[in-house]
Amino acid sequence: MAASGDHGEGQSPLSQFEIKEIVPIKLGGLDVSFTNSSLVMVIAVALTASFFLLGMRRGALVPGRWQSAAEIVYEFVAGLFRDTVGHEGRQYFPVVFTLFMFILIGNMLGMIPFSFTFTSHIIVTFAMAAVVFIGVTVLGFAKHGLRFFSFFVPPGAPVILWPLLIPIEVISYLSRPVSLSVRLFANMLAGHTLLKVIAGFVPLLGVALGVLPLALVVALTGLEFLIAFLQAYVFAILTCLYIHDALHMH
Amino acid sequence: MSEEPPPRSRQDLDRRLRDAKARRGGRKADGQGDPRDGGLAFAVRIGVDLVAALAVGVGIGVLLDRWLGTSPWFLLLFFVLGAAAGMLNVYRVMAGFGYTVGYRKPGQDAKQNQDSRPEGDSKDD
Repeated sequence: MAASGDHGEGQSPLSQFEIKEIVPIKLGGLDVSFTNSSLVMVIAVALTASFFLLGMRRGALVPGRWQSAAEIVYEFVAGLFRDTVGHEGRQYFPVVFTLFMFILIGNMLGMIPFSFTFTSHIIVTFAMAAVVFIGVTVLGFAKHGLRFFSFFVPPGAPVILWPLLIPIEVISYLSRPVSLSVRLFANMLAGHTLLKVIAGFVPLLGVALGVLPLALVVALTGLEFLIAFLQAYVFAILTCLYIHDALHMH
Repeated sequence: MSEEPPPRSRQDLDRRLRDAKARRGGRKADGQGDPRDGGLAFAVRIGVDLVAALAVGVGIGVLLDRWLGTSPWFLLLFFVLGAAAGMLNVYRVMAGFGYTVGYRKPGQDAKQNQDSRPEGDSKDD
């Protein structure tokens, strides 16, 4: 806690993930303060909304630059959704699109120096993964009723093995939100920590040798941008696959 | 700035459009079924899948033990089951089943439901 607040030399590489209260709010016994994390989330939502609302404001037949950008993003996610889910699941597209944009913008905002990466907190990613998991499970039940449980029975397996196979399948199913959230959170946490650690070597090694870690930091920043996009993509495509699973059971 | 005679360029455009569409469809189809493209990303994916199922199994075991007071038997049982589920997850990714629960590749059930996914992604098995 020695380094909270100042961006001095003795700052720990992990202090970038600290939650700081901006407006303390207490609701009942709950701490619902407006923190730096919430601030970045609000900025992410505002950015996404204004990007699309303002970009599509004119809705021109021949799009301008901004409108083209908005359309490319939309087309990208729509294509992804069409390829993985198909046409029956179209009403769930907004969920996937919202998740993708929220995570993408959140990751990208985290790349701004001195900013905050809310996707590096497992509670945030787990909340999103839990929404997906519960939503998909409810969807499966609504669509197939009790036949949903046949999901957990491997086709062609002898009945004697069911007591063994069904728990394994159930655990495998329950591990989905865990792996979904841990993947995103671990990637962002590890990447940002690594950046800070390598960057810390630059002043330590001085002008002559410090060039090496500096070059590495530049390369890693590029890689981080790739990961920021890739993880949003992976989250979206997995959500699509889960929705597809719930719609067409085997 | 290349001004070509219209008939030729239109045919050319048609052909290139078709090619591009085929290419795009093909790449999408196996790019999503075949996770073995990025080395590190793939390793993280496998590792997370393996450990997540194990963690869920251990979690279930601990909770059941605490509830029923049978420590450590459910923990032991579900540790093994979780490990098996982790292996199953990894097996599914490796065998190209993607993340579906079940034993069918994503392309196959797309075929039997009148899904419009382009086929021909048999490269990944």
